[in-house]
Amino acid sequence: MRPRRSSVATAVAAAATLAAVAGCAEKSDAKDSDAIKVTASDHACEVSKKTFPAGHVTLAVENKGSKVTEVYVYAPGDRIVTERENILSGTKATITAEVKAGSYEIACKPGMKGDGIRQKVTASGKGAPAAKRDPRLDKAVAEYRRYVQEQADATMPVVKTFTDAIAKGDLEAAKKAYAPSRVGWERTEPVAESFGDIDPKVDVREDGVEKGTKWTGWHRLEKSLWVEKKITAEDKKLAEQLLTDLEDWQKRVGKAELTPTGMANGAKELLDEVQTGKVTGEEERYSHTDLVDVQANVEGAETSYTLLKAVAAERDPELAKELDKQFAAVRKHLGTYREGDGFVSYDKVGEKDRKKLSDTVNALAEPLSKLAAAVAPRAAK
Amino acid sequence: MSTDETAEQTEQQVPDEQGPERQRPSRRALIGWGGAGLALGAAAAGGAVAAVRQGGDDAEPVAEAGAAVAFHGGHQAGIATPVQDRLHFAAFDVTTDDRDELIALLKEWTKAAARMTAGHAVGEGAYGGLAEAPPDDTGEALGLKPSRLTLTVGFGPTLFQDTKGRDRFGLKKRRPEALIDLPAFPGDNLDAARSGGDLCVQACADDPQVAVHAIRNLARIGMGKVAIRWSQLGFGKTSSTTPEAQTPRNMMGFKDGTRNISGTDAAALDKHVWVSAKDGPDWMVDGSYLVARRIRMHIETWDRTSLQEQEDIFGRNKGEGAPVGRQRERDEPHLKAMLPTAHVRLAHPDSNGGATILRRGYSFTDGTDGLGRLDAGLFFLAYQRDVRDGFVPVQQSLARNDALNEYIQHVGSAVFAVPPGVRDEDDWWGRALLS
Repeated sequence: MRPRRSSVATAVAAAATLAAVAGCAEKSDAKDSDAIKVTASDHACEVSKKTFPAGHVTLAVENKGSKVTEVYVYAPGDRIVTERENILSGTKATITAEVKAGSYEIACKPGMKGDGIRQKVTASGKGAPAAKRDPRLDKAVAEYRRYVQEQADATMPVVKTFTDAIAKGDLEAAKKAYAPSRVGWERTEPVAESFGDIDPKVDVREDGVEKGTKWTGWHRLEKSLWVEKKITAEDKKLAEQLLTDLEDWQKRVGKAELTPTGMANGAKELLDEVQTGKVTGEEERYSHTDLVDVQANVEGAETSYTLLKAVAAERDPELAKELDKQFAAVRKHLGTYREGDGFVSYDKVGEKDRKKLSDTVNALAEPLSKLAAAVAPRAAK
Repeated sequence: MSTDETAEQTEQQVPDEQGPERQRPSRRALIGWGGAGLALGAAAAGGAVAAVRQGGDDAEPVAEAGAAVAFHGGHQAGIATPVQDRLHFAAFDVTTDDRDELIALLKEWTKAAARMTAGHAVGEGAYGGLAEAPPDDTGEALGLKPSRLTLTVGFGPTLFQDTKGRDRFGLKKRRPEALIDLPAFPGDNLDAARSGGDLCVQACADDPQVAVHAIRNLARIGMGKVAIRWSQLGFGKTSSTTPEAQTPRNMMGFKDGTRNISGTDAAALDKHVWVSAKDGPDWMVDGSYLVARRIRMHIETWDRTSLQEQEDIFGRNKGEGAPVGRQRERDEPHLKAMLPTAHVRLAHPDSNGGATILRRGYSFTDGTDGLGRLDAGLFFLAYQRDVRDGFVPVQQSLARNDALNEYIQHVGSAVFAVPPGVRDEDDWWGRALLS
């Protein structure tokens, strides 16, 4: 699924493109002969060299095809190093990037669709390339990238339902739509957090608001809906802001830096989230929808693990066995709290049961903290 | 191996990855944490030569504060061992129903305990391993001495049969008769969240950080198989097993443990503490039974009680600790001279058909409660050969008549069967019970 781009975002991107091109033209310190020529057509993507020195790289792109195209440089795991969209038929574009030594792929996407026509290239030189990575891990990262994007794409309509209800001033509909609107975010939270600027705008709790900054996002609205029990004009503005901030997330989340160890640690972090903020009932202190979040956190963690499992099970079969068992135990335990199409209100879960949930999560989180080491790059023996 | 040799060995530069780290005297232990430093200083200044008894009958002097106490032996260390300054006691629930997992955990715990009591880090250590993995050891004891750390394990009644009546590990038939569920005593105000437990670990050390490190690492190793149910920190040992040393004082300011069983009195230990072959069951021989009670003291009201009343309540004077009508602390108490409700009189073996227990309690102060009162008191620990002849009769007489009851309340309670010691490297905690 490609992210849906709002026309506003496209306009912004196009403007940025022009600026970047202009910038390059002015200070092109890379000689033409150093540039990698990329010749894009409707069915091919030719590159003039497959090996080039690491460091400052220039791609001189020409679109000889009939369709508009875009060119991407991918690092392993489909991490986007740089990209250029809207390269019209018959036009040229210059793309620059700073790359470390290692393997990359250059992709042309005629019609600006799909995974593109790809060419493997290598940046050589200083800084020996990182330990050789298992291609299965690169595939895992690429698939996880797809998952993260899908979650974001699927989240937006649900968020829209929530913000529309607030715009209409419909308290009950807004309360109903609140928890579901957070699921995609909660499943992939560590990725969003890696940007640093989105999380504080959309998912900060009252106690996390810094002095002098305005409290915005889901939890501010949660308080209005459950505590103040009314929707004000200010809340409607906050809802619009939330939608805008999450569109920003949707646009960027697929480009996050992802690695196998990052995925494994992200899975552990999701359980940290559960352990520090959710078993205590702090996260959803007004709506008590904590268990919906917990379920989403666990699902996200399990997705990462499932994608990494083939390699992890080979290198540490005991660990994989334990993780299978403990994921199943947590899923089963959460199942006991299901109610209707959601979960029981967390304020109905007593101290003793909260401890049981905490113990069950600990039993999974402890071995999960060892997953990163099992999928870390290994120096060739 | 004798204790002496062990102590010597831990003083050498052991070619262990992180062993030597722990052998160097640490400045922090001497200057930081004022309390601990002072306590160690006081012990050293007192020049008390403590004695450790490990299975054998011959007592040997402990070289110095900070040395290691032998982990292996006929009895578990931490019972007759000279009482250390600090405590971290933890009760665990077993969360797995799989007997093999429980066995694997006890083996792993034994291995870790042997390392930690010798002053080493657990597993592969606290640093230097894979950068992507969390270190095996949590690291806060690096550079600290063994600090006479002892780790003592016990099995609660619910391990043999849980509260739902389930025999999860096929142990129901092996439950010792002496491991009773404690009866309710008058005045008990027990908090379920601070009571009971399938397993317990008593960590005692002269450095609080060493004791906490031990419990923390055992809890971590146990995740998924056991979960901490409650735990208690303690300081200022309130009972010594070393009569030649200064008797410590409890939070009420009175000397506590004057007549306690000495850790070197083999005859008394055999008579009152160690389970004998004829007591049975086989797997408990050389073990003991532990009763733990969290006793909250009403400190503020106690402090405004007149000296006379305080002394009457205890049956000893406050300065010297001498029994009523006597001159010196260690003079034989004259029970009839005390009020019938005096604490010492009611607790004395002569008032309880000879019932004698080895006390090993600690003071605690867990901050303050919501009313600004110190949440302080005595974390009472007592070892005995049979709970029915030890703690139960003594507490029954105290709960009914003790004048001290106006100032104390029992708020937590647990009882454990403490198996015999781990004999050697191939042995493990509870092997005789679970094999």
